[in-house]
Amino acid sequence: MKTIFENSIKGRKGVISGEVNNDLIKKIDEKFLRKEELSLPEVSELDVIRHYINLSKLNFSVDTEFYPLGSCTMKYNPKVCEKLASREEFLNLHPFLSYIDEDSVQGVLEIIYEISRLLCEITGMKKITTQPYAGAHGELTGVLLMAAYHKAKGNNKKYIIIPDSAHGTNPASAAMGGYSIISIPVDKDGNMDVNILKEKINEEVAGIMMTVPSTLGLFEKNIKEIIELAHKYDALMYYDGANLNAILGKLKPGEIGFDIIHINLHKTFSTPHGGGGPGSGVVGVSGKIMDFLPVPEVIKENEKFKLNFNIKNSIGSVASFYGNFQVLLKAFIYIILLGKKGLIKVSEVAVLNANYILAKIKSYYDVPYNRICMHEFVLSARKQLKNGVHAIDIAKYLIDNKIHPPTVYFPLVVEEAIMIEPTETESKQTLDEFIDIMIKIAEISEKEPEKIKQAPLKTPILRVDEAKAARELKLKCDI
Amino acid sequence: MSGFIPHTEEEIIQMLNVIGVNKIEDLFLDIPENLKTKNFNIPDGLDEIELEKKVKNLAKKNRSDIINFAGGGYYDHFIPAAVDVISSRSEFYTAYTPYQPEASQGTLQAIFEYQTMITGLTGLDYSNASLYDGGTALYEAIAITVRTNNRSKVIIDKGVNPLFRKIVKTYSINLPLKIIEVDLKDVYTDREKIKELLDDETAALVVQNPNFFGIVEDFEDLFIFAKQKNISAILVFYPVSLGILKTPGEMKADIAVAEGQSLGLPLCFGGPYLGIIAVDKKYLRKMPGRIVGETIDKEGRKAYVLTLQAREQHIRREKATSNICSNQALCALRAVVFLSLYGKNGFRELALKNFENAEYLKEKFSDIKNLKIKQGQTFNEFTIEIKEDAFNIVKELIRKGFFGGLPAGLFFEDKKNYLIISVTEKRTKDEIDTFYKILKEILKG
Ligand SMILES: Cc1ncc(COP(=O)(O)O)c(C=O)c1O
Repeated sequence: MKTIFENSIKGRKGVISGEVNNDLIKKIDEKFLRKEELSLPEVSELDVIRHYINLSKLNFSVDTEFYPLGSCTMKYNPKVCEKLASREEFLNLHPFLSYIDEDSVQGVLEIIYEISRLLCEITGMKKITTQPYAGAHGELTGVLLMAAYHKAKGNNKKYIIIPDSAHGTNPASAAMGGYSIISIPVDKDGNMDVNILKEKINEEVAGIMMTVPSTLGLFEKNIKEIIELAHKYDALMYYDGANLNAILGKLKPGEIGFDIIHINLHKTFSTPHGGGGPGSGVVGVSGKIMDFLPVPEVIKENEKFKLNFNIKNSIGSVASFYGNFQVLLKAFIYIILLGKKGLIKVSEVAVLNANYILAKIKSYYDVPYNRICMHEFVLSARKQLKNGVHAIDIAKYLIDNKIHPPTVYFPLVVEEAIMIEPTETESKQTLDEFIDIMIKIAEISEKEPEKIKQAPLKTPILRVDEAKAARELKLKCDI
Repeated sequence: MSGFIPHTEEEIIQMLNVIGVNKIEDLFLDIPENLKTKNFNIPDGLDEIELEKKVKNLAKKNRSDIINFAGGGYYDHFIPAAVDVISSRSEFYTAYTPYQPEASQGTLQAIFEYQTMITGLTGLDYSNASLYDGGTALYEAIAITVRTNNRSKVIIDKGVNPLFRKIVKTYSINLPLKIIEVDLKDVYTDREKIKELLDDETAALVVQNPNFFGIVEDFEDLFIFAKQKNISAILVFYPVSLGILKTPGEMKADIAVAEGQSLGLPLCFGGPYLGIIAVDKKYLRKMPGRIVGETIDKEGRKAYVLTLQAREQHIRREKATSNICSNQALCALRAVVFLSLYGKNGFRELALKNFENAEYLKEKFSDIKNLKIKQGQTFNEFTIEIKEDAFNIVKELIRKGFFGGLPAGLFFEDKKNYLIISVTEKRTKDEIDTFYKILKEILKG
């Protein structure tokens, strides 16, 4: 499609605005003014609407296609959450109002207080900070909390232990927070290799970051042993909550000894992902980390909600205000809508759906860890590769069949990984269609592998030249 | 089965049979019994009617009718209806990060256009798909410079938004980074002091325009001075002001960052907002976050794709330029729609209108005896000094329906009598006149 700049006609404008006095510019000294012409398009409102609506049609999305993107929990986003979270009473509120007059913002403070309490109950943690804007931001917050904890105790810590199946954000966050990484491999059953962990752990380890269930979609069998081992060295246990969708009402990370957790509200709690955000990566902590949380926190005193800026050893702030408030609000609405039974059902059916697909297709693909899975599972396209068909080819063939591909090539520990997460909101019929196509792909890969490798053929563009994009950088429109 | 789970009881039994287990609980056998949750103390769910009532009640407990004269980096701008229409398209808001280009040209092209407009606005070479907010963007900018020139000291003018400065300090608690904040001379940047502090251990200098008190400056000379010592120049800017004010590029900044809330995002009690970053070409490969590039498909057609991914966490892990993964893409979409609607002329007029409204209020204020306007060039925000604690005055104004500004004392101990007032294009003559009258009464002349 043309770019919006290519639709530009000199003199056009897409807003109706009142009179402005152009002479006013003379009141400003030349040296403060921009000389360079503003390179923005000149288009009408209809031009803008048509352009971006037509662009939107080039996207796959949950509302239009099945989207089993592993690790991303692309469930349906209830419309009532969207509608209620867009009320003017929320949208018009200046965040600084809370710094001056808490009485004016009791409703929103109550929402922050209540979602924090609900998430504490769901995770078994003592306190929550809503500041982190996304999962990775939550991880960094967690790492900073670790650093503050160890500093306060006079511990000299240098390392964070991370399994090699972890998401890339884990080691990146640990490094950003000032730590070096010790990587631990998974064993033949897909669990963290406890023997190697025992060899590697030492007094200088600040913490262990775990994803539970792991990125292989498996429950970490040795979890209790790992937690005890960590605590023996005063290393903190960090829970990457990207996969919380599997364990609602089944397991509370705080209860079994985790010290810090982040939750991707844009996964488990159904806030839409927005094509890459905004999300929310709220962080929960156990009692021993409470005194280090970011400020301000929302507290309740004599039935009134207030801000508390005085947390004893607070790390400071990781966000301007309270995080992505509207995302918190959507998640809050989702939680009170579903309630206890609804939330438990979420995990039960998410796990049911994943196991159902796995059972139906496992004889067609290589399954590196053949166990009951949690809410997602990882296949390998190793079998298909013998005929030259890669995971990416399978992904592209699915696009031609109007299904968004699963996550491919992650986790890195599985060769030709295909990570499938159906979520609980997809019906048996949708799963059956997906299963049929996956089986068909396996069969075609045997007989006519070229057919898979050519895909996609029905999309607005075919496979792209990524090398060219990186070599001959073009990162903005011609104007 | 209810709500958003479509399964019938029958289907569940069929599916369990296929899996080869008797009941759903059998799927959770890997979780040791002694670790399982015993109490799950969550209230019962609601139906949509009860839900609406409950949320409406919470919504009502906020004073959203208040008329905003407060800014402090977050402004009450008008948002054209078309912005909401585009950002509530399911195909945009229920998609994930555009990993598969064939299934996400919409998001990719929109980001590509966003990158273009941000570079056009700032006069710098490149931008990315967004960061979380202004403060985290500032930290990322600093991290780029520290990584590039291997120095550990950063000089930050206290005219930079105090919330941003706090985030930067928090991010640095476990790093060998030395953050030095330079006191203002009243509300003005202390250029001499800054020049003294810029030495060969300094990685970056950070200033803001207009500064937190609304003062507009030209930092070109300071930036040239810094760059002679191989110190990177970082400018924090206010997007709407660039409709008329000198750009970061024209000031010779190396990196520019901003809170992008003013570009079509509602105030919404603090978020979601938008972290904007733009860099000089020499920093492109050090820039954090997603970047969209143009290329061609197999048949030579123009296509967009995420590029330069070798900087990112999913490839580089602990060696990545940043940990950022999900960003604020939908907010960037809103910004690109906002900028398209205003366009070349509209955006300049928007800036002018802001300036005009603020100047109008300033003029009115000139007859209030107990009030002194801080001298100097300003845009849509300025600082007044009064004879009492501005906090109490603002409280009283709120009771009368006006959020009358930001008391500087919240962040500056020695400036309790300063009030920072912003006037956007949204404020009508009537509102400004009434606000002036009420403030005059409260200040008793
Ligand atoms: C296991 C895991 N950890 C962390 C993250 C990072 O989350 P976010 O994208 O919200 O920063 C993700 C998301 O992709 C993930 O799947």
